Amino acid sequence: MKQELTIKISGEAGQGMQTIGSALCLMYKNAGLNIFADQDYMSRIRGGNNFFRLRIAEYPVYAPRRLSDILVALDKPSIGLHRGSLATDGVIILDRKKFNIEAADPAFFDVPLFELAVKAGASELFVNSVALGALAGSTGVGFSYVEAVLQSAFRDKGADIITKNVAAAQSGFDFAAASDRTKAFRLKCCQAPGSLVLSGNDAVSLAAIRAGCKFYSAYPMTPSTGIMNFLARYAARFNIVVEQAEDEIAAVNMALGASFAGVRAMTGTSGGGFALMQEGVSLSGMTETPIVIFEGQRPAPATGFPTRTEQADLNFVIHAGHGEFARAVFTPGTIEEAFFLTVKAFNLAEKYQIPVFILSDQVLAESSRNIAAPDLAKAAVERFIIPKKDSAGIKDYKRYALTASGISPRAVPSWIEGVVYADSDEHTEEGHITEDACTRTQMVEKRLHKKMAGLKKEIEAPVAGNAEGAELLLVGFGSTFGVVREAAAALNDKSVGFIHLPQVWPFPAREIIALAGKAKKLVTVENNASAQLAALLRRETGRAADSSILKFDGRPFDLDTLVEQVGREV
Amino acid sequence: MATLADFKSNDEIAWCPGCGNFGILNAVKKALVSLGCEPREILLVSGIGQAAKLPHYLAGNCFNGLHGRALPVAAAAKIANRSLTVVVTTGDGDCYGEGGNHFLHNIRRNVDMTVIVHDNQIYGLTKGQASPTTDRGHKTKVQTAGVILDPFHPLEVAIALGAGFVARGYSKEMEHLAGLIIAGISHRGFSLIDVLQPCVSFNKVNTYEWYNKRVYKLDEEKDYDRTDKATALKKACEWGERIPLGVLYQAESQSYEQRSGLDRRPPLVDEPIDDIDISALFKDFT
Repeated sequence: MKQELTIKISGEAGQGMQTIGSALCLMYKNAGLNIFADQDYMSRIRGGNNFFRLRIAEYPVYAPRRLSDILVALDKPSIGLHRGSLATDGVIILDRKKFNIEAADPAFFDVPLFELAVKAGASELFVNSVALGALAGSTGVGFSYVEAVLQSAFRDKGADIITKNVAAAQSGFDFAAASDRTKAFRLKCCQAPGSLVLSGNDAVSLAAIRAGCKFYSAYPMTPSTGIMNFLARYAARFNIVVEQAEDEIAAVNMALGASFAGVRAMTGTSGGGFALMQEGVSLSGMTETPIVIFEGQRPAPATGFPTRTEQADLNFVIHAGHGEFARAVFTPGTIEEAFFLTVKAFNLAEKYQIPVFILSDQVLAESSRNIAAPDLAKAAVERFIIPKKDSAGIKDYKRYALTASGISPRAVPSWIEGVVYADSDEHTEEGHITEDACTRTQMVEKRLHKKMAGLKKEIEAPVAGNAEGAELLLVGFGSTFGVVREAAAALNDKSVGFIHLPQVWPFPAREIIALAGKAKKLVTVENNASAQLAALLRRETGRAADSSILKFDGRPFDLDTLVEQVGREV
Repeated sequence: MATLADFKSNDEIAWCPGCGNFGILNAVKKALVSLGCEPREILLVSGIGQAAKLPHYLAGNCFNGLHGRALPVAAAAKIANRSLTVVVTTGDGDCYGEGGNHFLHNIRRNVDMTVIVHDNQIYGLTKGQASPTTDRGHKTKVQTAGVILDPFHPLEVAIALGAGFVARGYSKEMEHLAGLIIAGISHRGFSLIDVLQPCVSFNKVNTYEWYNKRVYKLDEEKDYDRTDKATALKKACEWGERIPLGVLYQAESQSYEQRSGLDRRPPLVDEPIDDIDISALFKDFT
C-alpha cells in the first residue's frame, strides 16, 4: 500500500488550475491527509502550460517529489509535457476521445471527462469538477468530502451552479471508483481534520493583521501580489488601508509616511520592485522609521522569469540601501515560520525603529500546506512607542535622543504637546539638519553599532536536525527548509543532518559555529547560481562550505533529486 | 490660540539673504496662526532642495524625506493620522521633476493636503541647472546653448487632472500668499499652490524685477470665474508678458478620505492593536 501520492493537474492558462487546486487541497486535508501543494505557471493569461502539483501523504510533507503518480491532463499537450515525469506505475487520467488520441499507453486511464461534464452541467466548463471527483474516486476519498468542498467553493455562485458541479463531480467519482485502474492509489486517511490550508503569502498576511498592520501600500508584482489581495479582502473588517501605489518608490515612501504618523505599516514586492525601493530602505534607516518589507524573490536579472522561483536576492536584501544602518532579515522556510516571523518582524521594526525584511520566494509564497491553527498567545504584539496616555505632557521632544541602546523613545506626532522632527539629512538629537562631525559619529554609532548589538541578542535561532554527530550538514535558508529537512531525514542512516536559517541578518554566526562545529562536511543548498549563502557563511564565520548544491533554472528543488545529489556528497 | 511666536523654530536658517523662501515661510506661519492651528497638529512634509528645509524653520511636526518623495509620505501620513493638517513644502525640481509621477497620481488620489511649490524656475541647491519650469532659451552651465525642452506647466496639468484647488502665489506678495495658503488648507482634498520665488543666487533671468513687471491678481479681475474649468485652463496657459496670481481653479470633489470611507471609521492611529483576534478568519481556510 502506498502511503503518499503526487498528483499533477495540467492544462493551459485560463482552465482554472488554481481553483481546482485549492479545492483539492481542502478536500484531502478534510479527508485526513497531509498535503503539500505548489504551482507552476507561465507569465500569460491564456494558453501555454500550467500545472498544479499536490503531494498527499499519511505523514507531514514539506516539499515536492520528482515524479507524479497521477497526472490529470486537461489538454492534449499536457500528456507529452509530463509523461516523462510520471512514476513507472503512474496513471494519466485523460479523455482520449476529446483529445483524439489513437495510440495506446499502458499509463492511460481513459475517463470521458468532457462528456461527463456536458452531461452533468451542459457545459465543458464543469470538467474540473469531473476531474476532482475522479481523483477522489481514484484515491479512496469519500464523496461527502468532494461535495463539501464544492459547496464551499461555489458558495457565492448560487444553487444551480453548486448542483451542476456536484453532479459533475459525482459522475467522475463513480467512474473512477468503479474502475480497478487506480486501486493502488487508495490511501488511508488517518489524520484528524480541522487544520488550516495556508500558502506562505496567506500566512504572512494573516500575521500582518495579527501584528496590527494598518497600512499596506504596494505595486502589484508576482509573487507578492497575493498579500495585497489578501489584506484588501479583510481591510474593512480590521480597519486597514490597502493602497495600490503608482510605483514601488511611492509604495515604500507611503508605508514610511504612515509609520511616521503612528501606525504599523508594510510594503511588499519582488526583486525588480525592490530595486526601486532601495532609497526608501535607506530613508527608513536614517529617519529611524519602522517598516516591514516583504520581498518575494523570483528569477532575475531584470524581468527574468516573472512567475518562477529563485533565491538570488540574499546579498541584495542584506545590503540594500546606500549607507550603513541596522536591519533584520528573516527567511522563513515553512508556512508556520512565515506566520510567526512576520509578527516578530513588526515587533522588531517598532522596537529598533528599522527596516525589517521578510525574504521569501515564489515557491514559499505560493505553495500551501495543512498546518495547525497558529497559537495566538505565541504571536503577541509588543509595543515600543510612547503610548497616547503618556504623551500629553511631553513638550521639548528629541526624536533622536542619544541613549545607551541606540533607541530613542518614539513619540507619535499630534499625541505629544511638542513636535517631532524627522530628517533624511544627518541630524541633531532634535532632528534638525547638521554637518557636525561629532554628532555624525554619534548618530552612525546609534543607527548601526548600538542597534546591531541589540538585534544580535535576539536572532531567531537556526533550526537543526540530526546535526549532532552528523558527518555531513546541509545548510539552507528560506524556502529550501522543507526539502532539506526531508532529504536529511531520507539520508539519516548516512549521517546527514541539516541547519536551516530562518534569519540571515544579523547573521547567526555564533549559532552556526556551535551547530556545525564537528561536522566533517558542510554543503549549502541554494536556489541560486553563485552560492550566496556559502559566501556569507565564510565571510561571517570564517568557515567555508565544502560544496554547494545549486539550482537556478527557476524551479524549486524536489526531494528525490536532492537526495541523489546529497548522496553523491556523502 | 497659538501665536506667531509659538511657531518659532530654534533652527538656524540656511537660505541666502534675500531668498524668496523667506516670504513663503512668513506666509505659511501667518496662515497657520490665522487658521488657529497648534504646532502639534501640523505636519510639514518635504523632500530635498532649499524649499524642503522650510519645515525646520517653524515649530510643527516635520518629515524631511527624500528628493521627490514628499507627496507619498504626506498622503499616507494623513491617511494614518487624520488629526494632522498636512502641508508639503517642495520645489519645482523636487515636485515636478524627481517626483513627477507622485504629483500626477496624488492629484488623482485627492488626499486632504496642501502642496506649496517654491517655484524658482531653477535648481538652486545644485547650483543653477535648468528645472522642469525653466523657460526655453534660459542659459545655464549645463544648458549652455539655452534650454531646448518645453517647460512643464504645473497649473494646466493640475487642472486637467481634476485637482480641486489650483493657485499661484508670489513670495514677494506675502499677505496675498498667506490668503492662498489659508484657502488651500481650508479646501478639502489636494490643493496646489505654485509660488513664484526668485532665486537670488542662481536665476539671473526670473528676478524680482522680472516677476514684478508681469504679475497681476485675479481677485482684481471682476468677472473671473474660478469654478469654470475651461476659463481656468485658459488662464493657466497665460505666461510671459502677464502672469496671473490667485486661485485659478476651485471645485468641490470628494476627497480620498470620503471616497474610501476612512472618514467614517476610527482614525487608523487610534486603533488598538494589542490583541487583534484573527481566529475568526481561520474558517476561511479550512
